[in-house]
Order: sequence, then C-alpha cells, then structure tokens
Amino acid sequence: MLILIAFGILSAVALGSGVMVITRRNAIHSVIWLIVTLFAVGGIFLLQHAEFLFAVQIILYVGGIMVLFLFVVMLVNIDVALKQAQFSRQWQLGLFTAVLVFAQLVYVIYKIGAGLSLPTQPPGPEPAHNTQAIGQALYQTYMLPVEIASLLLLVAMVGAVIMAKRKFE
Amino acid sequence: MIPTAYYILLGSGLFTIGVIGVLTRRNVLIILMSIELILNAVNINLVALSQYFRSVDGQVFAIFVITDAAAEAAVGLGLIIALFRNKETVNADEIDLLKW
Repeated sequence: MLILIAFGILSAVALGSGVMVITRRNAIHSVIWLIVTLFAVGGIFLLQHAEFLFAVQIILYVGGIMVLFLFVVMLVNIDVALKQAQFSRQWQLGLFTAVLVFAQLVYVIYKIGAGLSLPTQPPGPEPAHNTQAIGQALYQTYMLPVEIASLLLLVAMVGAVIMAKRKFE
Repeated sequence: MIPTAYYILLGSGLFTIGVIGVLTRRNVLIILMSIELILNAVNINLVALSQYFRSVDGQVFAIFVITDAAAEAAVGLGLIIALFRNKETVNADEIDLLKW
C-alpha cells in the first residue's frame, strides 16, 4: 500500500513536471523542470529495486547531461526567442497525432494488460545484489556491446568538438 | 506489488508528453529536452519489464540507452551551437536550408 502511494506521487511528479518542460517559455525553466522529472524517474527506478540505475540516473543524467544542457541554454538563449510564438504553426496536427499514438498505446496495454498485471513475482529468487548482477552481465554477456558503446561515446565526443569548433580562417 | 502495466502506462504517458514536445515546440533546445523525456520513458519500460522477468538484462539495456542519450545530447548541443553561430536563431521552423 505504501509503495503504491509512493508510486502515485512519483508518477504524478514525473508527468506533471514533464508537462511543465514542454510548456515553459524560458528554456532555463524547462531544464529545471526536466531535472525534477529525472529525479522522479530515478525514484521509480528505486521503487523497482534498480539501485544501480538510480545512481546512474542521478550522477550521469542530472549531474552530467543536464549541466551540459544548462551551459548551452545559457550560451544560446536569446531574449528575442522569449517574445516570439512558442509553438509551431502545425501544433494542432502534432498534438492530434501524439494523442492518437497515446490512445493506441493505451489500447494495446489494455488488451495485453491482463497478462502484465499478474502478480509480478514468478518463482525464482530476487537478485540480492543489483549492482553485482549488472556488473557481471555487462562484463560477461554484454562485453562486445560495452566496447561498441565506448566507441560510440568516442565518436560523439569528437563529433561534438568538431561541431562546436570555430572554423579556422 | 505494483502491476507492471502501471509502469508501462506511466512510460507511455511520459513518451506522449515527449512526442507532443517534439512535434509542437519551435525552440530546438526544448525539442532536444523532449527527446530526453522519450528516452526516460523507454528506460521506465525496460526496468519494469526487467523486474517482471526477474532478469537484469533490461537494466543493462537501460544503461546503453543512457549512454546513447549522453552521446545524442553532446552531438545535438554541438549542432545547436554551430547553428546559432551561423543563423542567430533557435527556432526549428527558421532552419529550412534543405527545404525545397
């Protein structure tokens, strides 16, 4: 019961601040609300006993990616953009499409929901050490994907430096 | 225990908010933030189903998604800086060099 209340609060915070992210006029406010959303999603990870992912979410997302976002918003933010229209011309069509997609998702979840709302405890012991299990999976089963991900990060780093670099005359 | 369907519903709600942000906003920075929202919705689903199947594989994939989000944010923000330097705008509908 207590866990259900925690889930309700966390998901309300996540969805509410998600709506705030896409409706704020000032991009800095959007970044702050996105940080609130990320904290709430981290809390939902914690609720599901994914402790390692919770730590990764806080350290990497909030501490790394969002600080990068804040820097760029402050570099790029112009007062002109605050006074202009915030939504594109075809916003009704976009909203309609997104709501249609959501309705389809809810329909499918409702159809298969009977299978998914079964008690979520099939036989088998709860993995006691989440971090240990993830570490073993990462470095044994998923060793090649980890290497590919590191290569991806290297390429992204070089790409970001090239993009942001001033052209030499 | 909370039914897995609740988590998946939460994930699809967050995904929809992200899609609305991508489709309706003009500010490129907020479009990038909406993409982060979408990736977080994916992570919620992955973690929920990894708990459902009692296996950490879903959480490992969530780590890969976070890696991807970091790479995407770095390249995307680099692009925005280059774009702002050349066109002095952050509005997506003014960036139409490739439009016929």
